[in-house]
Amino acid sequence: MRYARPYLVETLTAVGLIAAPLVLPHLGFVPNTINRILVWGLFGIGFDILFGFTGLLSFGQAAFFGTGGFVAAYLMTTAGFPHVVTALFIGMIAAGVVGWLVGLIALRRTGIYFAMITVAIAEVFFFVEFSPLASVTGGENGLPGVPTPSFDLGFTVVKFNTDYSIYAFLAFWYFLGMVVALRIVRSPVGAILAAIRDNPLRAAAVGHNVHAYKLTAFVIAAAYAGFAGGLLGVMQGFMPPDAFTFDTSGQLVMQAAIGGTGTLFGPLVGAALWLYLSDFLQKALDLGAAWKLVLGVVFVVLVIFLRRGIIGGIADLRALARGAGKAAADTAADGAGFHEEVGADEAMPAHHRASDRTTGPILEATGLTKRYGGLLANNDINFTVNHGELRGVIGPNGAGKSTFFKMLTCEVPPTAGRIVFEGQDITGMSVTDACQLGLTKSYQVNQLFTHLTVRENMTVAVLADRRGKFRLDMFRDPARIEGLNEQVDRTLHLVRLTRRADTKVSDLAYGEKRRLEIGLALGTSPSLLLLDEPLAGMSPQERIDTVKLLKSIARGRTMIVIDHDMEALFELAERITVLQEGQVLVEGTPEEIKANPAVQEAYLGGVLE
Amino acid sequence: MINWVNFASQAVNGLVLGALLALISSGLTIIYGTLGVLNLAHGALFMIGGYAGYVVYGFTESYVAAVVGGALFVMLVGIVMERVIIRYFYARPHEDQILVTFGLGIVFVEVIRFFFGSLSKVVPGPSWATGITPLGFMVYPTYRLALVAIVAVALVVLFFVLYRTRLGMIVRAGIEDSTMVGALGINVYRVFMVVFGIGSMAAGFAGIVNAPVVSLTPDMGEAILVQTFVVVVIGGVGSFPGAILGGLIAGEIISITSMFDPGYSYVMLFVTMTVVLVLRPYGLLGTAGRE
Repeated sequence: MRYARPYLVETLTAVGLIAAPLVLPHLGFVPNTINRILVWGLFGIGFDILFGFTGLLSFGQAAFFGTGGFVAAYLMTTAGFPHVVTALFIGMIAAGVVGWLVGLIALRRTGIYFAMITVAIAEVFFFVEFSPLASVTGGENGLPGVPTPSFDLGFTVVKFNTDYSIYAFLAFWYFLGMVVALRIVRSPVGAILAAIRDNPLRAAAVGHNVHAYKLTAFVIAAAYAGFAGGLLGVMQGFMPPDAFTFDTSGQLVMQAAIGGTGTLFGPLVGAALWLYLSDFLQKALDLGAAWKLVLGVVFVVLVIFLRRGIIGGIADLRALARGAGKAAADTAADGAGFHEEVGADEAMPAHHRASDRTTGPILEATGLTKRYGGLLANNDINFTVNHGELRGVIGPNGAGKSTFFKMLTCEVPPTAGRIVFEGQDITGMSVTDACQLGLTKSYQVNQLFTHLTVRENMTVAVLADRRGKFRLDMFRDPARIEGLNEQVDRTLHLVRLTRRADTKVSDLAYGEKRRLEIGLALGTSPSLLLLDEPLAGMSPQERIDTVKLLKSIARGRTMIVIDHDMEALFELAERITVLQEGQVLVEGTPEEIKANPAVQEAYLGGVLE
Repeated sequence: MINWVNFASQAVNGLVLGALLALISSGLTIIYGTLGVLNLAHGALFMIGGYAGYVVYGFTESYVAAVVGGALFVMLVGIVMERVIIRYFYARPHEDQILVTFGLGIVFVEVIRFFFGSLSKVVPGPSWATGITPLGFMVYPTYRLALVAIVAVALVVLFFVLYRTRLGMIVRAGIEDSTMVGALGINVYRVFMVVFGIGSMAAGFAGIVNAPVVSLTPDMGEAILVQTFVVVVIGGVGSFPGAILGGLIAGEIISITSMFDPGYSYVMLFVTMTVVLVLRPYGLLGTAGRE
């Protein structure tokens, strides 16, 4: 991902933070409210990385906000630790460690389970703070007397003890938090998190350790929460126990949703609106307790009508204003993409791994069996593919072809049997590890990252090849990864999507999506590539182009292709395996298969006569 | 400090709480199972049930009228909620559904606070179940015993509705695969509305029958919601028997831990949930693929 104007967002953030205390009071914000907006905004940056970027909706962030806040406050008060900033960082680390432990449990599940588990865990923290740890945390009284920061510079002592000086202190940390977060979301890790949000199954299949990356996002969010919690204590001179309540988690979620997720700034915008309205409704309109009712209604209305929050709404309006012209350009590009030249002249070699050999069998499956309840999908299949081979697999619907592929790529474990890849037993391995070893497949039904652009899709796949299944290079510029862009460009060229590189996948034509599907598998530089019905649903012209594409891919690589298009497979493959009712019916060259009476009877029904 | 009478009494307390949690969780779990919507306003519906019963009791002085009125009112709230808002969210991501029901829960709580204030309200139990009952080895408040029976009856009725009626068959089929049910020519959307109503009523009914043993406050539903989540995670999402089993387990854990130190009751509940998640990721009686 390349940015035309580096540091633009950072600069604007700095300008905004400097201007805010001069402008906002004229709009009716009191200084204390502005400070609270910053604390919630910082808290929200981490939450946005978790929810907006990774797609994990946690209702338990209060646990980390409270943990960081109370650890820092305890150090600064009871323990008499004098260094405010160090205490804040220790609080942050504590929250991160707690986040890691909680994440280990909560991330065992996804979706609504994850949301429910985070709620439950946060509630535990609330009760523990209130009762068993009350002697340390002050129970329902919280921890009063949190000192304001001051720095002895030798010649003078800088103290942050007024609303405006505290603002400067908070704004500094908000700015730093934003700079760090921007680095993270622009790093390879950020790209993978976005991919996980979009399609976790494919992110795992191209070779990323999804669980580890989710846990990373969870720990980042917890660390931000912990630091913000510490700042809350410093700002108020008091660490309130309600930092731990379900209300705190809920308010964070609502602010993020109101502001808009996926931009890092949404929570700040949401917090500004939320805190401003709550001040305004309580004081100016004198609504008393009803302020929360009004805010609740506002929130529900926003969720119903403004799906992507305020920032998303503004972006949509802008897109609408530019809409007509852009749509025409897109249609033109559709036509152009179709005639883009096939990269047939240029073969793309597979990534060479230590385990690679060049002759003999690359894949050996013995006695492979898969049983779903009473259904025997695959029964005792023995299957060997040699290096450099292009194997076709055919069989009538329900013959067990897709199940067979899923077992070979370790997507589903076999009921019985063994799979050996490059001399290594991979039976029972994860799909991620299999891909890292150089074995992957393209899916029968497209499994793409639909909300990302074509280039971003390809980058995610290539990153798995370049970086391995898990690496914490959170501050690295992806452009600096050696060979990344070249490999992305070359693969895009090969599947002739170069001109569509910056188009969102959801805007692609079907044929283009099919090519990207193959491209994602190719991007991981597999030494053995499985293609599950690559020609499915294509027009005759697209089939011809794709067969050409497959031929060019096949150079220097071993491939196994399932398809219903006999003509194409007989043209492509050197050997064909025919599956029927979960078993190998026969194996041989295309000529042998065409001539085989059993095949004609069972499958072809004499069409080729 | 720990003697057997004390223990037995806490065990019965656990049974009372467990039965209530089982009923509330059943409502949550059948709604989720059928509609695919996690209703974060479920705790607020429980609370509304209590207040609705309180209002009906104020007019009629009748416990039975309060229970019937409260339960029906919450069912109505559920149906209106489904018709006006939830049905537009079936096609939207889970996260949006969670956000909107969370927002609705807040609105419900604040509406009640607006009309009734934050001070707690009390609904007396029925005259035929006042006082205490000797159980041989200890005495126990009669209404709490009656409560177990009442909730058990409600669960049995729910069981019959789910397992012995046409509607129940459609609901259970819908939990398995609501698209297929629609393809068979059944108007799933009307069924969804009814399921949402029944699920809500389960929470509301629990709210009103529980009212005589607690005092009503607008935010009482929050703690119940959290406990309900744990119950559903333990029992398995979408599983009616799982909700009952999970409810009883959670009730006993909370009560028995409270005997030693109430501060740890949530910790123990959470530890149990973790153990279940590690050993059986889909819950004790749940099946894979429902998330």
